[in-house]
Amino acid sequence: MMLPNAVPVSWYLILSAILFSMGVAGFLIRRNIITVFMCIELMLNAVNLSFVAFSYELKKIDGQLFTFFVMVVAAAEAAVGLAIILTVFRHRMSLEIDDVSSLKN
Amino acid sequence: MNSLFPTSADFIRFAPEIVLTVVGTLLMLLEPLTGDGKGEKPQLRWLAIAGLALAMAAAIFAYGDPGPAFNGMLLVDGFGTFFSVLVIGTGLLTVFCAQDYLIREKQENGEFYALLLFSIAGQCIMATANELIILFIGLEISSISSYILAGFLREDRRSNESALKYFLLGSFATGFLLYGVAWIYGLTGSTNLATIQATLAAGGVNPRLLALSAALMFVGFAFKVSAAPFQVWAPDVYQGAPSPVSAFLSAGPKAAAFAIFLRVFTTAFGSMADRWAPVFWGSALLTMIVGNFAALRQDNIKRMLAYSSIAHAGYVMVAVTSHSTVGTAAAMFYLASYAFVNVGAFAVVSYVAAKGEKHVGIGDFAGLAARQPLAALVMTIFFTSLIGVPLTAGFFGKFYIFKAALDAGMVWLTVLGLLNSAVAAYYYLRVIVVMYTHEPSVAVNELEPASSGLQFGWVAAAAATLALGIFPSALLEFASRAAILR
Repeated sequence: MMLPNAVPVSWYLILSAILFSMGVAGFLIRRNIITVFMCIELMLNAVNLSFVAFSYELKKIDGQLFTFFVMVVAAAEAAVGLAIILTVFRHRMSLEIDDVSSLKN
Repeated sequence: MNSLFPTSADFIRFAPEIVLTVVGTLLMLLEPLTGDGKGEKPQLRWLAIAGLALAMAAAIFAYGDPGPAFNGMLLVDGFGTFFSVLVIGTGLLTVFCAQDYLIREKQENGEFYALLLFSIAGQCIMATANELIILFIGLEISSISSYILAGFLREDRRSNESALKYFLLGSFATGFLLYGVAWIYGLTGSTNLATIQATLAAGGVNPRLLALSAALMFVGFAFKVSAAPFQVWAPDVYQGAPSPVSAFLSAGPKAAAFAIFLRVFTTAFGSMADRWAPVFWGSALLTMIVGNFAALRQDNIKRMLAYSSIAHAGYVMVAVTSHSTVGTAAAMFYLASYAFVNVGAFAVVSYVAAKGEKHVGIGDFAGLAARQPLAALVMTIFFTSLIGVPLTAGFFGKFYIFKAALDAGMVWLTVLGLLNSAVAAYYYLRVIVVMYTHEPSVAVNELEPASSGLQFGWVAAAAATLALGIFPSALLEFASRAAILR
């Protein structure tokens, strides 16, 4: 059922694409490890928005279920990722990604 | 078919993953109760070995009655079973090869084995996944455990740098893969590979958006298999991670990633092969060139093996590009032979590197044959297999891949690939020459004899390499039958 004056689904998809692109750009440009990590989360949430929009469009519930899987995975990733960032920080006392470059030949 | 409650057949087909998860959890529970205070936990090591052996038996048993499980979420077929057994076998070999290293670094504990088992459980799910969301979950179970394993030496700068890079770039790749999945879901209304295949074959899907979503998924997969131009993470991660972990990462997760890569692009996207094949062609060539030419210039043996693993991903990409049953079978055979060889080679590296991984230069291998003849012999077998010398698994692996490429009419890619393997021979032979002709280095003179577990790991890997090189037909016949994906 389409609500009167509802926002078209394509708008959500465009918003999701913009958010995803912002995440990608931030990942490539930003230099702070935490910010880079947040950009990855932004990408995953953009994907969630797409899933929900498609789910509404297709009149199928499974797209909404997928967002739960993505959220659980994102939470697990955050737990592990922040722990890794913490150990890196303890060694280098810095969160600049350019300081993490001891592996070179 | 669409039953609300899982049947016993479902559980049998999912048994390997259940065994691995239960044993992994058990390892974590037993961790505080074991140990003799000297940092060794042989009980947990043997429990991990038993768990992996049981999981392998379960995987083989499940193949006795192949078919879909959990409403088509999983599909146990020859292809899936092949990769399940392969990743579990890689795990077994890794446990044997890691024990000396872990004891030396005082890091042998339940965590290591539990993470290894969880990672393998994820890879088994990837091998049998028949649905994009399950595939994604399997990939993440495997990846998240691998991120921790890469940073397992918490006090080591290199190890946690490796974990950070693996984590950031791996999650970045996952984002692309998932966005591709979301668009495929939107375009076809399903995430089941068979349904997607049928929908795409019927036509009517916007070709531009379809190409875009396939490209997003390609980016995600290419990252995971370290195919160019998405290979930059691999050298740093393999160099910085503990050697046994590098061994595992370059064999298990890579084989599982190629399994989903092959399955998705031959089934779901099979009908649009003429559109993705040119992209794969370029990626395969670039991967081989980048890997081989960068490996030539390395003095650190772990970094050299990392670039070599990129080059070998390029050879498998050639097989994927051919998009034929022969090509899929060749890729399967190649990944199996490569897994044994690489775990073995990294196991020798972890042995020579000694405490704190001080000795990882190629010069540190000087005179290894004079002091530790067994280590030098198995290393020679592994490297001749990586070169592709006859009587080793690597020869038949390359032979079948280039044969599949020729059958598919890719003459130029075959010629360039063969030239690449000729270039590769140089950097492998260099290490063999250093081991046999130079005077023993300080590193080699200080080496303690290897434990029997580590020696078993070496010999098992070397024996598998020679067995596949002398009698390739049994495995290849199975692979050819299993390679028919529907």
